[in-house]
Amino acid sequence: MSVLTSQINPRSEGFQTNEASMRAEVGRLRELTAAIHQGGGEKARARHESRGKLFVRDRIDHLLDEGSPFLEFSALAAHEVYDSPVPAAGVVTGIGRVSGVECVIVANDATVKGGTYFPLTVKKHLRAQEIARKHRLPCLYLVDSGGAYLPCQDEVFPDRDHFGRIFYNQATLSAEGIPQIAVVMGSCTAGGAYVPAMADESIIVREQGTIFLGGPPLVKAATGESISAEDLGGADVHAKVSGVADHYAENDAHALQLARRCVARLNWQKHGQLAMAEPKPPRLDPEELYGIVGTDLRKPFEVREVIGRIVDDSAFDEFKRTYGDTLVTGFAHIHGHPVGIVANNGVLFSESAMKGAHFIELCAQRKIPLVFLQNITGFMVGSKYEHEGIAKHGAKLVTAVACARVPKFTVLIGGSFGAGNYGMCGRAYDPNLLFMWPNARISVMGGEQAAGVLAQVKREQLEREGREWSAEEEAAFKQPTRDQYEHQGHPYYASARLWDDGVIDPAQTRDVLSLSLAAAMNAEIEDTKFGVFRM
Amino acid sequence: MSHAFDTLLVANRGEIACRVMRTARRMGLRTVAVYSDADASARHVREADEAVRLGPAAAQASYLDIQAVIAAARRTGAGAVHPGYGFLSENGDFVAALAEAGITFVGPPASAIAAMGDKSAAKARMHDAGVPLVPGYHGDDQDDALLKAEADRIGYPVLLKASAGGGGKGMRVVESAEAFQAALDGCRRESRAAFGDDRMLIEKYLTQPRHVEVQVFCDSQGHGVYLFERDCSVQRRHQKVLEEAPAPGMTEALRREMGDAAVRAAREIGYVGAGTVEFLLDSSQGQDGSFYFMEMNTRLQVEHPVTEMITGQDLVEWQLRVAMGEALPMAQEALTITGHSFEARLYAEDPAQGFLPATGTLNRFELDLAGAGLEPAQVRLDSGVASGDAVSMHYDPMLAKLIVHGDDREQALATLNRALAALDVQGVTTNRDFLQRLATHPAFRAAELDTRFIEHHEAELFAPRHYTAEEYASAALVGLHQLGQERESDSPWDRHDGFRLNAEHTIRIALCAPDRIDDADALVTVEGKRAAPGDPWRLRIGDQAFDATLQPLDGDAVAVTLDGHRRRLQTRLVGEGRERNLVVMVDPRRETRLFWRRIDAIDHGRHEAESTLTAPMHGTVVTLLVQPGERVEKGMALMVMEAMKMEHTLTAPANGQVESFHFQAGDTVGQGDVLLEFAADE
Repeated sequence: MSVLTSQINPRSEGFQTNEASMRAEVGRLRELTAAIHQGGGEKARARHESRGKLFVRDRIDHLLDEGSPFLEFSALAAHEVYDSPVPAAGVVTGIGRVSGVECVIVANDATVKGGTYFPLTVKKHLRAQEIARKHRLPCLYLVDSGGAYLPCQDEVFPDRDHFGRIFYNQATLSAEGIPQIAVVMGSCTAGGAYVPAMADESIIVREQGTIFLGGPPLVKAATGESISAEDLGGADVHAKVSGVADHYAENDAHALQLARRCVARLNWQKHGQLAMAEPKPPRLDPEELYGIVGTDLRKPFEVREVIGRIVDDSAFDEFKRTYGDTLVTGFAHIHGHPVGIVANNGVLFSESAMKGAHFIELCAQRKIPLVFLQNITGFMVGSKYEHEGIAKHGAKLVTAVACARVPKFTVLIGGSFGAGNYGMCGRAYDPNLLFMWPNARISVMGGEQAAGVLAQVKREQLEREGREWSAEEEAAFKQPTRDQYEHQGHPYYASARLWDDGVIDPAQTRDVLSLSLAAAMNAEIEDTKFGVFRM
Repeated sequence: MSHAFDTLLVANRGEIACRVMRTARRMGLRTVAVYSDADASARHVREADEAVRLGPAAAQASYLDIQAVIAAARRTGAGAVHPGYGFLSENGDFVAALAEAGITFVGPPASAIAAMGDKSAAKARMHDAGVPLVPGYHGDDQDDALLKAEADRIGYPVLLKASAGGGGKGMRVVESAEAFQAALDGCRRESRAAFGDDRMLIEKYLTQPRHVEVQVFCDSQGHGVYLFERDCSVQRRHQKVLEEAPAPGMTEALRREMGDAAVRAAREIGYVGAGTVEFLLDSSQGQDGSFYFMEMNTRLQVEHPVTEMITGQDLVEWQLRVAMGEALPMAQEALTITGHSFEARLYAEDPAQGFLPATGTLNRFELDLAGAGLEPAQVRLDSGVASGDAVSMHYDPMLAKLIVHGDDREQALATLNRALAALDVQGVTTNRDFLQRLATHPAFRAAELDTRFIEHHEAELFAPRHYTAEEYASAALVGLHQLGQERESDSPWDRHDGFRLNAEHTIRIALCAPDRIDDADALVTVEGKRAAPGDPWRLRIGDQAFDATLQPLDGDAVAVTLDGHRRRLQTRLVGEGRERNLVVMVDPRRETRLFWRRIDAIDHGRHEAESTLTAPMHGTVVTLLVQPGERVEKGMALMVMEAMKMEHTLTAPANGQVESFHFQAGDTVGQGDVLLEFAADE
């Protein structure tokens, strides 16, 4: 393989400015993440602890193998979405290793609104199940939830991708041979009762876990029967009388230990089949990504400088290097996994789109996972390009991306605008996982372009009416659009709404991709059947 | 008669057999080992040119079987037999049988052994030869008044001892004349009961006696020299633990006086070869310099290496040369003392359980000198075992001797501690830590020695360990380092780096003291966090925190730095595979053992009311003390088993009852066998 060499000058002013601004962004991201990790605030934490319960992240630590990575998804979910904070949308999800098996963990945080399901909680829970299905990963549900957040019932209950889908997924995941294990560590009321009931195996914690379709107040109201939660549906009831739970745990730590044993007994085997190489760290320092990329989207950067800081040994064999060079394609390894990389290095032209489609075909044929590094303002516009059929060439790329059945991972390393987002495996194209860098922006087009388009329309309207439009007036008109696009295109805004699986520190990109690829190898790589490529 | 021989049979086992063969090989002799069934693949057999089976494991049927040893010598053409120590080394019949068979015995003549074998006859002879004896009365006249008068003459305190006695029975210290009669009556009663004989002897009781012995050597041509003294005061149950040479505080004059007395003693009985004359040296105030003959050991002593270290001589070579009829290699004037030497005896035993002998398999037995920063010339390990060997219940539990040399006592002692730290013994409990406690004790460092050293300092020597936050942090670092090394595959999920997205990497290490292993509540959790791999860990233990790094050094050595304080430690993780979880950290002052409770090793479940009791070692059941179903309280004795001639009582772990016994009196049990089912009260 050819090894990428770096052309950057870390002592240059531009590099230093970039580095400072990106470092500040990463610092903010870490601070915000740390705050989110605290869950629902001091009072709720104190109450939770006084009940002898472990905090949700401590539960996960107890569940994971010693030293296991935890690839958490969407920690920023619901960030600044609701009237009051719902950190991490009240549910922690991610992939971690349990008894040597990569599992998807879905763990309610009872310190956040009692672990109730807001609309984004539901979306996050379903997304975790989708990830489990796509990667063929056993699911562990650490249940401690009061069920649906009743004030939002219209956004939580009735639709296809609402609460009921959780249990649909449990059934269909189980049907696909993906184990479903529930650990009842708190309440599991009403619909929530189906999480353990639908699980393949369930564990319940003595004097903590309860499972019932109707809680004591509802029972009292409905039948007049007075009964404590414990007597109605506690561990003794379910492990000894009803059989709803299979394992009886003395405490949180014991329950998690039992869950580890359940996983240890799965007879789990990975189905992935890649010709692995010995993992090697990149020769180039990943921290230099800060200085290369920076936070100013208007400053272009050479994407090979990014690739060289992500792939093994900084080794990258390019495909069609000298053709359609605004799209960089080539083969590399990430932590020993062979991958095909598709990365933007400018606006997409017809040639670059065709080159991308060709390369994706190669990877699908050879069953090589794809990594998309998105930094795209869109396809080239103008008569020359329309006339040469850039729309159909772009469609080839979109078709290839949509149909390729190899694992696909997308990282938004800069702009993600317009149809470029589609051609580069945006969220709609079902990448296994999609992450954003803190400098990235996502919208139908850039804020400046949108403001310009709207201003142009406005100007034409005013000109028809024969009115003057001063430069100051135009600037004032454009600003709200710019502001709106900046706000809505921000990674925190995107991540809060689950348009991605998380905002990541650029220096951790290689780690994130490594873990994702390795997790994806639990599933078999399927054959691809492409749709019609318009020629 | 020609004494020349080219083949030497060593009628022993363990470290001494290996040690003797080492010199014999160097001298160009062919070496023959003998072995019992238990030792068929023992180290001394492996190292010998030839080896002959003697018989079953029991020493009576193998190493003590005179005819079998002689047959082995004949079969292999061995012209000489070295007896080592113990076994047949001081057995007159053996010496006679060898002589009859025309085989050279590497040791003194039978007559010399016999002369020293009878302790009181020996004392009488020594008295006649002008060797000082502990003032006493050994007469046949047993009249009470006469005994009292003798005690008054000797001066109190005196020791009353049964003539036929042994093992401490019928023995009493009398502090004053007033207490004499009552003590005499008591002693006589005990003695009659124990030995059927109530004759008494009286000796001066030394309040601070030191055990100082002199190495002597005589050839068959009439030469005799002494190779100076050894101090062997640190003993437990009359067994030496730490020895040193020269004896601290010895003056040249006293050394000469004791040396001359020792050679005189040897000459008196026509001694040939290596021998040791043991003296009591009165170290109580105002008594410096009084020494009294105790006995003479007519063999090579266990602790002979300390003499070799300070004289630069190979005593086994001397023995073999003398046995070949040669003259002593050196004259008295040519012998000098260089520096100071210590020997520490490593026993397979558990000091915390009354020195209960331990058995098992030595998963590892290594001395990591490089890791401890020691030079090979400073340290000698005389060992009869190697990694992978089994330690059985059949023989003496001594595994090895660690011998060090330094320019002076202080330096040698520091080296001893370092060397003890570098000794890695896994799989079998040993007194290694106890040796270190002894060797680091201030009184030992100050050479305040007497034969009751261990009793006097019991409180400190056996104090339970308290663990500091630094020790927990260090152990956690060892765990974190180990996790980083454990790699089942190339998968990034196997990196054990505690990766967390946009947050510090986090790993927790749960630790507990070795005696709290079954108690999930006794876990101490150390939380390690760091921004990225390669950064220092921030370790939190309760409300304390340290910035911590671990740097691997040579061998087992690591440098642990906590908040800028760097310490060099020998560290090991004991056990195999997933059971690799005992963190042993040793520095030249102490050993710290903490269990790293791996995630699946902790039982978070409530302890079931049932428990079982297992045999702590291989042995036989002596008696059952309760009936199944009988109510017992915590700590009550349930059954007694015997192993290595020591009784071990199993007690109730809680209030409850024995459900059933799995063995009856007389049954043999293996280590770890479940002895009984116990049901504790709810």
